[in-house]
Amino acid sequence: MNRKLSLFALPYAVWLAALVVIPLVIMAVYAFTTSESAATLENFTDMGIYASVFVRSFRLAAIATLVCLLIGYPAAYFMAGEGPGFQRVALALIMLPMWMNFLLRTYSWMSILENNGLLNQFFQKIGLFSLLTSMTGQEIESFQMLRTPGAVTLGMVYNYLPFMILPIYSVILKLDRNLLEAARDLGANSAQVFVRVILPLSLPGVLSGVTMVFVPSVSTFAISRLLGGGTQMMLGDLIEQQFLGGAYNPHLGAAISMVMMVIVVLCMALMNHFGEGEEQAVML
Amino acid sequence: MSKELIRLQNLCMAYDGETILNNINLYINDKEFLTLLGPSGCGKTTTLRIIGGFTTPVSGDVFFDGVRINDVPPHKRQINTVFQKYALFPHLDVYENVAFGLRMQRVSDPNSKRGVKLSNEEIDRRVMEMLESVSLKGFERRRVDALSGGQQQRVAIARALVNRPKVLLLDEPLGALDLKLRKDMQIELKRIQQQVGITFIYVTHDQEEALTMSDTIVIMDKGSIQQIGTPEDIYNEPKNAFVADFIGESNIIDGVMVKDKVVKMYGRLFPCLDGGFAENEPVDVVIRPEDIDIVPVEQGQLTGTVTNVTFKGMQYDIIVDFRGFKWLIQTTDHSPVGSKIGIKIDPDGIHVMKKSEYSGMFGDYSSFSDEYDELNGAEMEEQSDES
Repeated sequence: MNRKLSLFALPYAVWLAALVVIPLVIMAVYAFTTSESAATLENFTDMGIYASVFVRSFRLAAIATLVCLLIGYPAAYFMAGEGPGFQRVALALIMLPMWMNFLLRTYSWMSILENNGLLNQFFQKIGLFSLLTSMTGQEIESFQMLRTPGAVTLGMVYNYLPFMILPIYSVILKLDRNLLEAARDLGANSAQVFVRVILPLSLPGVLSGVTMVFVPSVSTFAISRLLGGGTQMMLGDLIEQQFLGGAYNPHLGAAISMVMMVIVVLCMALMNHFGEGEEQAVML
Repeated sequence: MSKELIRLQNLCMAYDGETILNNINLYINDKEFLTLLGPSGCGKTTTLRIIGGFTTPVSGDVFFDGVRINDVPPHKRQINTVFQKYALFPHLDVYENVAFGLRMQRVSDPNSKRGVKLSNEEIDRRVMEMLESVSLKGFERRRVDALSGGQQQRVAIARALVNRPKVLLLDEPLGALDLKLRKDMQIELKRIQQQVGITFIYVTHDQEEALTMSDTIVIMDKGSIQQIGTPEDIYNEPKNAFVADFIGESNIIDGVMVKDKVVKMYGRLFPCLDGGFAENEPVDVVIRPEDIDIVPVEQGQLTGTVTNVTFKGMQYDIIVDFRGFKWLIQTTDHSPVGSKIGIKIDPDGIHVMKKSEYSGMFGDYSSFSDEYDELNGAEMEEQSDES
């Protein structure tokens, strides 16, 4: 590295210290103290009552990540195989929702999923409910979609899907076509080329996609608030309550944040361990 | 050596309206080392890719062992390829790279319709055997990107040969190696080809590589085959000015075939060994730089002025001006710049070719001499002073 040029990195170093390192330290101090500034571990031992929130957060985030992967990988794969014109349009379409306000998008989903929302009205129109009523003998007027874990998961998938598609797409796009020809030359059929060459070499893209979907999902609070309607409290909501809401206790909030952070870091470390060596493969 | 293995018949290939291959007809024998040689863009790699099954010709047929294989996909052909930049799998170690093809294989088995996979013992035995024969024993668990260029090259060859193909295709495999290693690998490749006893089809633009290794050289340019022959044939009896210029150094002079065994250049008659031309047919005459003897002016068949001398170690490369047309002569005797010399050419040093589309494009060393001048700043200045 050129030492003279390293001066240019100074602004970011200051930024990093002021807005990342110092807040982290403050958070750690909060987590290990009481409101009377006495050192304590109580914040952590008290957390047990929220175990169900932890479980729900990680479960929904994991499901959302998996769904994103199942939708995103094939999408990225086929996109990368198309012509440059198609790729540009597809990329624009994938990015387009991200240019709209996040809350607006999520509110839209509320009006779609409501009991008298668009989707239920549609089912009503095509006579699905009268059919179900006559079949089961029970009066069914709408599906309860809002305020369910499914709605929250859907919101996460909708909002974070581009973060899964894009890294996978760019890794597959950069794959050396010669490798695919070499595999075919050595007797691999299309399925074997995919499983033995494309899939392992696109793992780094999958890993970064998973990270970029899972991390914001696990800590989201707006999606769970709006689409879960208070029934699907997640860690983000819980933390928000400790700082801004009725259950005001920033010390507990800081402790929860720290535990969440540690778990996320552990998850990522574990995944990167499995993907070890693949990272280098892409850099070739 | 004589059994025909691959036949290319009337192959044509075009891309975006541009002709890449123009009616290629080629027979390749079993156990032959055949080189497709030509400048970049001549169609040699496309020809190789058609044989490998990666490219489908616009028209024409590919026969393998008498069977038409136009529509057989690459993974079902008994042909393996060593790719230009090796295309080793970066996510697999040396062992697994070599084992890749074997793990794909299924051998027929009475109990299974699809056939059964090779046993791990069989795979292990063959991989280790192969690694040993390319001197890579002990490298099994190395990452391929941790290997040197020469080692990667060997892995690529082992990975292809372990499948026991009938034909190995090599696409400029030595291009990425330095000169010394390239020379070693040339000999090594020839040894491997003779040891495994299969057909090698080798693509290169390096004439020296082609001459060193090949049984047969196919010279291509602009999508057409210019000449097919042994290295000696091609060097000694080039068919046209392109071949003469591409293989080795050549002075190519306009001449007229007065009658059999007599050719006229610069208004003088020269005895030669060629015949079969029409009386007074205009021809191209090839004279190799090493076939020209320097003699005293009064004894020379032609006299010229030395315009440039370059010391090459084994010989001097001198440029001699014969009435405005510059020749390259290789000689062990020193003749100073500006001196008048005579030359003598033996009849077997003269090779007569029919006129072709390439006539007049090659074989004059005027530009060659300019390059020398440019390299030599002082001389440049002298010249500009004069003008």
